[in-house]
Amino acid sequence: MDILNALVAFANFVFVPAMAYGAQLALGALGVTLIYGILRFSNFAHGDTMAFGTMCTILVTWGLQSWGISAGPLPTALLALPIGIAMTGLFLVATDRTVYRFYRRTRAAPVILTMVSLGVMFVMNGLVRFIIGVEDIGFADGARFVVNARDFRDATGLEEGLAIRSTQVITVVVTAIAVALLFWFLNRTRTGKSMRAFSDNEDLALLSGINPERVVMVTWLIVAALATTAGVLYGLDKSFKAFTYFQLLLPIFAAAVVGGFGSPIGAVAGGFVIAFSEVGVTYAWKKVAGYALPEGLQPDGLGQLLSTDYKFAVSFAILVVVLLFRPTGLFRGKSV
Amino acid sequence: MSEPYLIGDRMTGGYGATNILNGCTIAVEKGEIAVIVGPNGAGKSTAMKAVFGMLRLRSGHVRLDGQDITALSPQDRVARGMAFVPQTNNIFTSMTVEENLEMGAFLRRGDIRPTMEMVYDLFPILRDKRNQPAGELSGGQRQQVAVGRALMTQPKVLMLDEPTAGVSPIVMDELFDRIIEVARTGISILMVEQNARQALMIAHKGYVLVQGANRFTGTGESLMADPEVRRTFLGG
Repeated sequence: MDILNALVAFANFVFVPAMAYGAQLALGALGVTLIYGILRFSNFAHGDTMAFGTMCTILVTWGLQSWGISAGPLPTALLALPIGIAMTGLFLVATDRTVYRFYRRTRAAPVILTMVSLGVMFVMNGLVRFIIGVEDIGFADGARFVVNARDFRDATGLEEGLAIRSTQVITVVVTAIAVALLFWFLNRTRTGKSMRAFSDNEDLALLSGINPERVVMVTWLIVAALATTAGVLYGLDKSFKAFTYFQLLLPIFAAAVVGGFGSPIGAVAGGFVIAFSEVGVTYAWKKVAGYALPEGLQPDGLGQLLSTDYKFAVSFAILVVVLLFRPTGLFRGKSV
Repeated sequence: MSEPYLIGDRMTGGYGATNILNGCTIAVEKGEIAVIVGPNGAGKSTAMKAVFGMLRLRSGHVRLDGQDITALSPQDRVARGMAFVPQTNNIFTSMTVEENLEMGAFLRRGDIRPTMEMVYDLFPILRDKRNQPAGELSGGQRQQVAVGRALMTQPKVLMLDEPTAGVSPIVMDELFDRIIEVARTGISILMVEQNARQALMIAHKGYVLVQGANRFTGTGESLMADPEVRRTFLGG
């Protein structure tokens, strides 16, 4: 039995990756939950919005790199991020003006808007693939590790190494900042409160003189910021590939629903629930168990519940269970 | 200048092909309370909605302070000094009491603290519960939040659609007292009430609607005294 090594192995293979992944899902889920709360539909185009924002950021990053601009130890993409957000914001507002607004005016049912978003998804999907291609694109530069596995072993004398990549730290820090800003905005500013009011009771918001078109526009801009940030962080942590981003839609929706659709705090919690479940279920626990359990009790097999190929099944199962037994989610959002 | 401050003049209209309002006239003077009563389906709430612009009129006009506002949207009427408290869903349940009041003052620029203090003085319980989500309050307290939110716009006319629906008799009396207080500050009040007796007792003017038309009109007292009104609408 070796608790310390078990903890380090757990941190290295489960905790740190799941924290980073959870933070990325949380940002994504915040985007869909805001759209659901304010525009009242499930935005299927969200994964591709993330892809679009990341694509913009990558293009700007390449531009900056070709001019020899870098952020030192930090990835250049962080410098490009604000521009990527602005481009995505413009694109989303333009989409709203040309597509969604028409259906809002006719007071279309939510399911119609969802189908419309499916169409928007295909268009964005094609656009991204057309512009940047379908290949895997790595765009992380700067320092690779904050804590290196070998340095950690040398410093602690433990058998197990702990590696923390800089992109993982950046992910968690940027997410913390983004979430703090969002909550400050929603709870403290006049515009943020008017968004919550609009989400809570649209008719009464109108009776209070809140301008719906303004609320909708601000929402799209915030969603652009969240989606682009989530996409860029995911791409830095792993890599950018249009198809992978489309697939992220499922865990993101699962996260939003688990937390309670329409509830921002729920989206954050849900992101981590899904990430830890996914990583926990698909991780081979043999190593951790080997350290943690007494002699003789150690498993013979890998201790892996599901192959990583089935990771989407985890989100899907959680989604179904939540919808069956607690449709309002952990934080009492709107039932779907 | 005999024109009342707010008047819905010979309003006709309804949803779809049939008319719910058949030339009914509702008016309220400055600082007075006008009450609309009548049997179920008489078009009381519809008349309110028509005055507030939530129902398109086929004929008739709505005038506020002598100006024709028939074509204005409800939002524009809010900006003109009208406030409406719907019968249901009249508060932001997920927001705190104070945030509800802030949202009421959304269109206003400048300091809203004095108005908020006035609302808290009118409904002291709201001051104690200012940081509590409005959805957690009791029925009567919710109605106070709803009226408070409407008052935050600093309206000249306050329209209440059955403010005492679903609250206990004690709370109802309390609410009526507060409404009288609001009227004393110079705000005109137009309300629909299910509790016809109590409402007529505080009303300067009462309208008894039947099938979308005025059946009886008079001061609250005279309607209460009218034997026919008593027999048909007040249950003896």
